[in-house]
Amino acid sequence: MSKLVWCLLAGLVVLHQIDWGWNAETLVAGFLPITLFYHACISVAAGVTWFLAVQFAWPDDNISGTETAEGQGTSA
Amino acid sequence: MTQLVIIGIYLLLLLALGLFSSRLFRGTSQDYMLASHSIGPFLLLMSLFGTTMTGFALVGSTGESFKEGIGVYGMLASSSGIVHSLCFFLFGVNLWKIGVKNGYTTQIQFFRERLESNGIGLLLFPVLVTLVITYLLIGVLASGLTVNGVTRGSFPELFADYNGGVPPWLASLVICCVVLTYVFFGGMRGTTWANTMQTLIFMVLGVVTFFVISNKLGGLSAATQAVLEHHPEKLTQGHLPKLKFLTYLLIPLSVGMFPHVFQHWLTAKSANSFKLPIVAHPIFIMIVWLPCVLVGTWATSAHLNGVLMFPPDFHANAVLPVMVGKLSSPLLGGFLTAGILAAIMSSLDSQFLCLGTMFTEDIAVPIIGKDRLSEKQIVMMARGFIIAVVAVTYGLSLFDPRRVFTLGIWCFSGFTALVPLVAGALYWKRLTKAGGYACVIVAIGSWLYFFQDSGFASNPKYSVLGMLPVAAMLACSTAAMLVVSLITTPPSDKTLAKFFPES
Repeated sequence: MSKLVWCLLAGLVVLHQIDWGWNAETLVAGFLPITLFYHACISVAAGVTWFLAVQFAWPDDNISGTETAEGQGTSA
Repeated sequence: MTQLVIIGIYLLLLLALGLFSSRLFRGTSQDYMLASHSIGPFLLLMSLFGTTMTGFALVGSTGESFKEGIGVYGMLASSSGIVHSLCFFLFGVNLWKIGVKNGYTTQIQFFRERLESNGIGLLLFPVLVTLVITYLLIGVLASGLTVNGVTRGSFPELFADYNGGVPPWLASLVICCVVLTYVFFGGMRGTTWANTMQTLIFMVLGVVTFFVISNKLGGLSAATQAVLEHHPEKLTQGHLPKLKFLTYLLIPLSVGMFPHVFQHWLTAKSANSFKLPIVAHPIFIMIVWLPCVLVGTWATSAHLNGVLMFPPDFHANAVLPVMVGKLSSPLLGGFLTAGILAAIMSSLDSQFLCLGTMFTEDIAVPIIGKDRLSEKQIVMMARGFIIAVVAVTYGLSLFDPRRVFTLGIWCFSGFTALVPLVAGALYWKRLTKAGGYACVIVAIGSWLYFFQDSGFASNPKYSVLGMLPVAAMLACSTAAMLVVSLITTPPSDKTLAKFFPES
């Protein structure tokens, strides 16, 4: 699953680089240029992909900072 | 005048927040600089996002889309959504684990031990400070221009030389003083709280600004139709060469080496605190950048009372503030300006704090000796250095301003050129002390060379072999690190066991 997530990210980078050559007249919802809409979709897809990454590719050795760092700061 | 009153009230609120958070100060440098590793997922998301979204994201992106069109979003916003989270995932989580385990406060402490060299601190410190000052300059410039833009015409006699608006130098000075004050009193805890409040404010007010401006321009469709009629080229990916577009993907990598982001990473309560920032960051970027890019593009063809608002040679930095000033009521304009300033200040505070931390932890304490300094003296030294850096940055901001966007790209390019160092330190056992030095020297050397070759950022179209100069810098610093590491003695077993315990 972890490898699949990294493949999805690589795919996202490839999609990000593709210029579909859309013209200026094509507007989504009457105001959003389609190129801008496409890149907004890339942003949403990035959020989804990173959600999958933290679910399935997360390192399993979580530790608490407050426990580990306790006592490191000395009082003034 | 109304705008100024609202901005003033907002700044006073920030000061109050800083003073309140100082009541929770535990009296230790760890608490002042890292909030005792107590920051949970939501505050971490807000502080990281607020820190990475600066004047560059609002004032810079609007100005750049005014000049270049909607392609700006693909160049930096959607790419940042992918790459910033990648840096949080690959670098942030690991650096947090190592940092908390070993009690680090700054990047340099990590590199010192990983590279088995105290000297690396003396080399990295001026490099990082130089790059952070460039970054600070973006915020200081943008804050002055924003206040000047929205108050144009309010004081026709008093400030006749500044289009009747508050002079940028005065506005920048006030903003610097406010941020300095709440950073001084609140430390990292105050900064994180202020960042969270300011991030919420600028996101909400950013969306409000978008709808207010579109309404004044006749609605969403009418605003875009006007661009279609007068400047259709601004609504396409544009004429940006593919190779140059590809190399824009390298710019967001800079987050991996931002010293202020490193410090925010270390405030996390646990590794799991990173999950929310990693997932939400791309969406938050979209919420901020999409309206800004559209507003900048609309500005190319916006008419007010039948007159074109912005001639093509209009200064890019002033587009957003002037739009807010001219297209909203004074009351709303005040709130919207506070939102823009919130974005700017939420980056300035973290940068101020990290500079003070770096000075004490990486220079003063190692030279003077920790035993000879009290916690109070350490905090005082951090504050003194911050004042010195802010004075230098403020002085630089008084010179001929560059395009905020161009200045930002140069600043980020320098940090990106240093990214091989952090990647190698975390993931490549063969990285040696000499390899680390080579990487830093070549990164800053190539940055300085290309920066002066571009006329010190005066040429926004500057490229190297058809690519952004960051590609050449990154290639050079990576090659230097690899080659020098491979021909020099590997790190000791003790160091490898410390930083790569699983193997």
